[in-house]
Amino acid sequence: MSHINRRNFIKAAGLLGAAAALPFNPLRAAQKEITVGFLYVGARDDFGYNQSHAEAAALVKKMPGVTVVEQENVPETVAVQRAMEAMIRQDGASLIFPTSFGYFDPHVLKVAQRFSDTRFAHCGGLWEKGKHPMNVGSFFGYIDEGQYLNGVVAGHMSKSAKLGFVAAKPIPQVLRNINAFTLGARSVNPDITTSVIFTGDWSMPVKEAEATNSLIDSGCDVITCHVDGPKVLVETAEKRGVMTCGYHASQAALAPEGYLTGAEWNWVTPYQEHVKAAMNGEPMINFLRGGLKEGFVKTSPYGPAVSAEAKKNADAVKAKMLSGDYVIFGGPLKNNRGEVVIADGTDYKQTAVELERMDYLVEGVRGQL
Amino acid sequence: MLKPWLGRAAVLALPALPTLLAMLTTAVLFILFLLIQEQPAWQAGPLVFEGAFGSMFAWENTLMRAAPLMLTALCVALPARAGLIIIGGEGALVLGGLAAAVTPLWLPALPAWPMLIAMGVAAMLAGGLWIGLSGWLRQKRGVNETIGSLLLSYIALAIFRHLVEGPLRDPNSLNKPSTPPLDSGYQIGVISDSFYVHWGLVAGVVACVLAWVFVRYSVVGFSLRIVGGNPRTPRMLGLPVDRLVLLTCVLGGAAAGLAGMYEVSAVQGSANTALISGYGTAGILVAFAARHHPLGIIVCAILLGGLEASGGLLQRRLGLPDATTLILQGILFINLLAWEALSRRTLDWRLWLRGHWIAAPSSRAGTTEVSHG
Amino acid sequence: MAETDLSIFLLALLAGAIRVGTPFLFVSLGECLTEKGGRINLGLEGILVTGAMTGYAVSYLSGSPWLGVFAAGLSGLALGLVHGVICSLPRVNDIAFGIALILFGTGLAFFLGKDFIQPSAPMLPSIPLGFWSDDTRVRSALNVNVLFFIGVALAFVLHWGLRGTRWGLVLRLVGDHEDSAQALGYRAAGVRILATGVGGFLAGVGGAYLSLYYPGSWNEGLSSGQGLMAVALVIFARWQPINCLWAALLFGAAGAVGPALQAIGIGWGYYLFNAIPYVLTLAVMVITCRPDRTLSGAPGELSLNR
Repeated sequence: MSHINRRNFIKAAGLLGAAAALPFNPLRAAQKEITVGFLYVGARDDFGYNQSHAEAAALVKKMPGVTVVEQENVPETVAVQRAMEAMIRQDGASLIFPTSFGYFDPHVLKVAQRFSDTRFAHCGGLWEKGKHPMNVGSFFGYIDEGQYLNGVVAGHMSKSAKLGFVAAKPIPQVLRNINAFTLGARSVNPDITTSVIFTGDWSMPVKEAEATNSLIDSGCDVITCHVDGPKVLVETAEKRGVMTCGYHASQAALAPEGYLTGAEWNWVTPYQEHVKAAMNGEPMINFLRGGLKEGFVKTSPYGPAVSAEAKKNADAVKAKMLSGDYVIFGGPLKNNRGEVVIADGTDYKQTAVELERMDYLVEGVRGQL
Repeated sequence: MLKPWLGRAAVLALPALPTLLAMLTTAVLFILFLLIQEQPAWQAGPLVFEGAFGSMFAWENTLMRAAPLMLTALCVALPARAGLIIIGGEGALVLGGLAAAVTPLWLPALPAWPMLIAMGVAAMLAGGLWIGLSGWLRQKRGVNETIGSLLLSYIALAIFRHLVEGPLRDPNSLNKPSTPPLDSGYQIGVISDSFYVHWGLVAGVVACVLAWVFVRYSVVGFSLRIVGGNPRTPRMLGLPVDRLVLLTCVLGGAAAGLAGMYEVSAVQGSANTALISGYGTAGILVAFAARHHPLGIIVCAILLGGLEASGGLLQRRLGLPDATTLILQGILFINLLAWEALSRRTLDWRLWLRGHWIAAPSSRAGTTEVSHG
Repeated sequence: MAETDLSIFLLALLAGAIRVGTPFLFVSLGECLTEKGGRINLGLEGILVTGAMTGYAVSYLSGSPWLGVFAAGLSGLALGLVHGVICSLPRVNDIAFGIALILFGTGLAFFLGKDFIQPSAPMLPSIPLGFWSDDTRVRSALNVNVLFFIGVALAFVLHWGLRGTRWGLVLRLVGDHEDSAQALGYRAAGVRILATGVGGFLAGVGGAYLSLYYPGSWNEGLSSGQGLMAVALVIFARWQPINCLWAALLFGAAGAVGPALQAIGIGWGYYLFNAIPYVLTLAVMVITCRPDRTLSGAPGELSLNR
């Protein structure tokens, strides 16, 4: 008898406490609960691209009123369409983050047409007004700012004036990084060249290691990359006593001696903007871009090898980027076949759509498309 | 003594016994594995079923994934009728997809139907030629078709990647190198809004049924059974062995090529590397699990599609890694293949049952399941 | 100057061939042994991945990379035995079973390997054969892993063992002519199970090389089909262990030459470069095969020949 009473009392007290707490929590009172879905094309822990997204998703999970559902290794086939639909139907997701570039056309577009009440915030795509549904948005970060700063530091530190870049495929996002890295280095020393090796796919550990070794053998003494997981590259370079600049996330722990700095994503910024807009019922953010200034990307802390002069120069450039008046791609700019690709007097700001269609390697890059 | 109808039912059910045992063992092993890993095993089982077959959406999800598997499984099952083991369906699929994607570029503008037919023919030709090459190399040069088709498949993938990301790339496909997108009129839609599965499913089922009619009732199909049974007999009978073998390879390759065409025109809208997603390899398992029976392929493809469809639910509800589905598929196919060993016994049991329980055995029942592998 | 550059390029290529080729060597020796017994095991791809994960995990947990290599071999042995035993049952197709084993092996490795992607495990040591040189490139190129030498030794041991020992003869007899072996009182199934198991062991060691030396990390994209490639390699090597060594080096060089050429500025068609080993193997098969006889050197009972 008394046992039951006591249990009832505890229950009642708990309910009372919960009820009392609610009105004093302004977040809960003002916003509705929301379920957010994340889809990754690879494994969540790949030390690279997918991990940078998953880590930000973990931060979104901590936002009050947000439930997160995740699915990894979703191929860019009908599987991703069905996975998004399942999140909507089975989990009640009202905001979806499909994080791989290849999801956008046709998969996100197809599903978005059928579920007009759901928001689709795609990473990397190029949303166009009138062409794409209004419940779809695309966001991306100007990580070439980070690669430019990588280049500045590498330009100071390189003794051989030869830099190496291991790239997956010759697509605009990758080319922009290669070019920014090279321009950054050549802003320090115009004689510097960057050798680029394309591996052909996003995750080819043996090829990436082999490419790194080949670059080092041909005299490169600072290496960076644009592949899904830079781990192999950074470790291989460290073993051979060569300096590296990171990408996607910080690989400083993998190369305590040779890691100079790195270009890192900070996806939590665009994620939170989208989640807040969805919770407050504000209109869909269709086009969202940002760089260092907006907090979409960040740089790794300088490694022990970086000289004071390099730090000073890089910090100065970074300060200009943070104030928003630094132009990476300004005319006159030649490609590596000597043709002018940006005319004298033309400055492309980071937001310029022309830069998202880049199909050339700038002067100073040794490599073929 | 038991009633005759019970005996007859047992005779009919016996061929399914290895499959049922395989599924039972799979369930036990899978749950055991999850228990050892201290994962929520008891919730996982029902979730697999719910995700695969538990709702209309689950069925759509399952069938959509099953559609290409039916066609790629035929690429294994048809040559298997002639005694060949072809494992290069992936290459035929991507080349078929590529052929379908470039057909509208190289032909003048046509109305939708003629163009779709042209795309289908191009895809089937590409796939058929590729697998046909494996068959030809075997018959004419003595190159083993299993390894030959595997090598040719790798070569096809390299050619495909090179063309799609190089000479045939649409300059406007920025960060996802693809061939130029298909005109929306040339894209294949879904069956209906209330049954959201693309027409590839119908193509897959029809192809399997046609293949069944072909191997079961046509003279060629009968000849194939002789060719597949023994290498010497057909030559003594004067059967055109080379032509028969080649025919099955071309037909099988055409099926895989058609799968590529549906991937392009019903899913992707252009040819790109997303086409390389393992449908060909999965088709091998489907074909073997179905013992190369075309109608069995439909069932097995749906089963495998269901497992893949349920993987997402396991990830999202229980936080299990994506690899759980791989393990489940692995255990299932290991069991399906292993329990196949029982099928010789079931034949004996059937004969015994028929002798003891059923007074007058029907004359045609004896041939139904001697579908050899 | 240009001449030394060229010689260093060639040296680097040789080093690349050794680095990239060593896993091929182990897996192909394993497959060679399996096929000598009359079975084909496509599942070595799955075993390779399982071995890579096991090796990395055990090395990390125990602190000893060699214990990791041994554990990787044991995991391969276990999976190989599964293949051997189940394919001994009537009507079980070894090729299809191999593909099922690929699914199972990779699934197992990915599932159990989640916790080992982030930590760094101790790596296998290498022998600095380039100590005499001042050039860092030469020194680096001549850093050769111990496993490579073990693999080379193993190739010669197997070559001798298959010809000169009773075990080797029994294995070849079982693989070539099951009935004769049976007549002599040897149980074909038992011999094959053993051969497949040992083959799995070697493939597991090949996996450990990937995760514990080169490229030296564990993640889900580690293998890009080396296990399946090894099956082609064995045919290329005509079932001769010593040929497996040369073929592994050739396949390794084919994998290394693409990046090396790009590094000196020749960068066209890297996808086609990647397909060179397959084209070569197919060419060898087309040239050497005749319709009226099977591949010379091929075990007679191999399901490939029936």
